[in-house]
Amino acid sequence: MTTFDPQMLISGQYHDMLVAGLKMSLQYLFYGFWIALPLGLVIALCRLSPYKPLRAFGTGYVEVVRSIPLLAQMLFWYFGVPEMLPQGVKEALYEGPVESICAVVALGVYTAAYMAEDIRSGIRAVPSVQMEAARSLGLSYMRAMRLVILPQAFRLTVPPLISQTLNLWKGTSIATVIGAAEMMYQAGQVESQSFRSFEAFAFVSVAYLGVSLIITGIANWFQHRWPVRTM
Amino acid sequence: MLELIQQYWLYFLVGQYPKGPLGGLALTLILAVMGLILSMPLGLAFGLMRVSPYRWLRLPVTAFVYVVRGMPLLMVVFWAYFFLPSVTGVKTDQFWTMLIALVVFDAAYLAEIVRAGINGLPRGQMECARSLGLSYMKAMRTVILPQALRNSLPSLVNQFISTIKETSLGYIIGLAEVTFIATQINSLVFTKPAEVFGILGLTYFVLCFGLSRVAQWIEKRLERKGLGNRIAPKVAA
Repeated sequence: MTTFDPQMLISGQYHDMLVAGLKMSLQYLFYGFWIALPLGLVIALCRLSPYKPLRAFGTGYVEVVRSIPLLAQMLFWYFGVPEMLPQGVKEALYEGPVESICAVVALGVYTAAYMAEDIRSGIRAVPSVQMEAARSLGLSYMRAMRLVILPQAFRLTVPPLISQTLNLWKGTSIATVIGAAEMMYQAGQVESQSFRSFEAFAFVSVAYLGVSLIITGIANWFQHRWPVRTM
Repeated sequence: MLELIQQYWLYFLVGQYPKGPLGGLALTLILAVMGLILSMPLGLAFGLMRVSPYRWLRLPVTAFVYVVRGMPLLMVVFWAYFFLPSVTGVKTDQFWTMLIALVVFDAAYLAEIVRAGINGLPRGQMECARSLGLSYMKAMRTVILPQALRNSLPSLVNQFISTIKETSLGYIIGLAEVTFIATQINSLVFTKPAEVFGILGLTYFVLCFGLSRVAQWIEKRLERKGLGNRIAPKVAA
């Protein structure tokens, strides 16, 4: 076994590649999150809606998306979906960073299903009398949701949502299969160019672990700062 | 779509077997089942260590669980794939690499499931067992664990579902499981990526959705028998 060479990670071309990968991964995390959260909220509201078709749609979405591995979905979004788009859109897509777009969409769509379940369980944990009281005060269903139920559900929902964000972060590594230049992909590149797997993987492991611990820390801080109130 | 299935179903199910190594869906299932079975004893031991009264048993396992759960499985797979050969000097093949990575990864998650099952029991159970004169380990074995494991049965099925999903990562190290076979078929057919990956998705869906129904059924059954660990939701009528 060769010795560990920290110099390689501190500066130079390999350092730049790995750091670029880290930045790319963080961007996927960011954009993926902002697709997943609103979509998850919409799906959760669908699942709780009084209308049957909307409920069926929400349930179907969650069950289907959660049952298929992220990797298979990534391949589907990358290889399958662009073929089905109209010609003009397809060309525009291939002009841009197509791997990154597909990866972010797949990540967002996948995480949204999990987030929807967390949001739904948060909303369901609010006693149903709250809704009845709000409705009897004359608020519409959507208004009651927005002004009464969701703010109460928020505290319950945030900790599990943060841990879903952690899963999203770990999921970004899978984007390497479609050749998106995120951290895992860069580590593979560095490994094959320099034949130093240990350094590259050490860097990437520490980076994943570091961000994961930060996210866990945020979850703990939130729970400590705003503990769940029991009614 | 039917045409594709007609032409490639056997390849999809077993890979090149019997002319070559077993692959496809069969390999995915074998990996998932073996992964779960092998990680079970490890997870149980780690779970017990996580709740142990001794700090020197608790701390290393806690660190292990945090590290593994903070890293993507892909990272664990890569470590196993590039690292095991350089440490042991033996080139491990893809199947064993994937299996080892899965076992390590699942052990951490199972440890948490076991721990949650134990912590979910009323405190009095342990106190009663101890006051009857059972030793800690005997109380654990005959009183706590049977109840805890029964309560964590639904989570165990869920873990099995995620293990099935995780085997798809074998694709990255070139293991001929079902996702890998699908990409192979995709490059053979070339013109129908949406259909090929649609079939792949459908296959996973049937498997995992079916299993998640099993988990739900177990949960309902436990609740009906009054064995469930869930506190009934306090929803006013």
